[in-house]
Amino acid sequence: MPAPRSTTRVRTHPLGDAALLAELGTRLDTALNTRAIALANALKKRRDVRQAVAAYASVTVHFDPDQTTHDALAAAIKRLASKRPPMAEPGRLHRIPVVYDGPDLAAVAAVLGLSAAQVAEIHVRPIYRVFLVGFVPGWAYLGPLPEELELPRRHVPRTQVPAGSVAIAGRQSGIYPLPTPGGWHLIGRTSVKLFLPDADPPCLFRAGDRVKFFAAQT
Amino acid sequence: MREVLRVKKPGLFTTVQDLGRPNAIAAGVPPGGAMDRFAHRAANLLVANDETAATLECTLSGPELVALENCLVAVTGADFDPRVNGEPEPTWTGIFLSKGDELAFAGRRQGGRAYIAVAGGIAADKWLGSMSTNLMTKRGGMHGRQLLTGDVIATAGDAHTPAISGRHLAPNQRPDYSDHTLGAIAGPHLRRLGATGRRTLFNAEFKVSRDADRMGYRLEGPTLDASGEELLSFGLAAGALQVPRSGQPILLMADHQTAGGYPVVATVASAAMPVAAQLLPGDRLSFAEVSIESARKLRAAQRAALDSLIS
Repeated sequence: MPAPRSTTRVRTHPLGDAALLAELGTRLDTALNTRAIALANALKKRRDVRQAVAAYASVTVHFDPDQTTHDALAAAIKRLASKRPPMAEPGRLHRIPVVYDGPDLAAVAAVLGLSAAQVAEIHVRPIYRVFLVGFVPGWAYLGPLPEELELPRRHVPRTQVPAGSVAIAGRQSGIYPLPTPGGWHLIGRTSVKLFLPDADPPCLFRAGDRVKFFAAQT
Repeated sequence: MREVLRVKKPGLFTTVQDLGRPNAIAAGVPPGGAMDRFAHRAANLLVANDETAATLECTLSGPELVALENCLVAVTGADFDPRVNGEPEPTWTGIFLSKGDELAFAGRRQGGRAYIAVAGGIAADKWLGSMSTNLMTKRGGMHGRQLLTGDVIATAGDAHTPAISGRHLAPNQRPDYSDHTLGAIAGPHLRRLGATGRRTLFNAEFKVSRDADRMGYRLEGPTLDASGEELLSFGLAAGALQVPRSGQPILLMADHQTAGGYPVVATVASAAMPVAAQLLPGDRLSFAEVSIESARKLRAAQRAALDSLIS
């Protein structure tokens, strides 16, 4: 039987004269993310591409404008995206201990009509996918978060969130790798270091990895 | 390694920068590097360095440096009125320093960021392939921090050519820092502005707010409405003009966050980024829509100006 023809449409937009954004879709979706990671990996092999960064459902491509043009690269991306992506290997699995005693845990539980223990139980339930590494060094967007825990971001972001804070917002979870400002709800903390300045790449998680949280006492 | 300069006074905010670490963005690490790449490259070429060598980026005021050995330096970018032993020296020109000479700056005349290159290239901490200073992670450059009094600047190697001063980049070959109209290419979410918003973006005058640093500039002026469906975060590039819910656009600069979910309505052409890098809080600016093709031509013209320095 012939391989089914992919129906993934890709739209490319200039991001200046040396980068472009290739959008595979607009939904938070594991299959789209798998395709974005595969497309970024294929693009990184090209000599005219300096860097290709996969996000949820898109790839941002930084290219050498002396070696290619936006139009030529856009055509190449359309060809690559129409091919069936190679079978994705399951990402590495990270088990992350979390002490569920975050400063927002009680408030989150109250808003959701749950107990603090239930919030923790629901949070450890899924195996999360690393959709995207970015924003600040080592930060990873994990998801999907179970619907029962879905909340908008805090109205007033904190000016400083401690490193290791485990947080939720929307259908996502994340761990603050560095002390930075942040608007997510802090429900716990972990001792695992996500930002590894002396390693290359300097972060524990990579796009496509899987993450399983488990409750720890300290 | 040769120790060539001692920092007598560091200036307001002086850091070691090169062309950044573009390969680290997939790990969420800002690309970093010199804000004004043209001035950085020119400074290096004026002292016969490779363009990728590290330079000092001096913000708002210059340092006071004492030569520990004879050396060739060049000062480019902003004009902070460079002096050697009190005597005025030209910018965009190789300057020979004898042992004991003092390079200092009398005061800012134009622009926000000056670059100092030293023949041989500045030696500093390398992190993820770059000597650029990253303050957030305290890595790269001078131990991940700005210069301090008493620091000693060493060069990576011997100068490639005998120290001949006087190499010079003609004024008509330099970016026109007084023209604050930045060429910008339509961005992925420009349509969200509608026809009126688009006219505002490309005609109105904006002002750099006090919230402006190496990460980006928050702009003041007319508000832009780019609202619509919430976007999934995507990878960003320097020069991108984000419009958050407040409607006050943010121009992303060298240390920008690597991903974000705000609409990007335009991206400043790479040839206009040197001018953007020289802007300071309170400066007025505007955006002029340019095609990718004309952005490429401007880029090629800048490249030709730099190539004129390669002998």
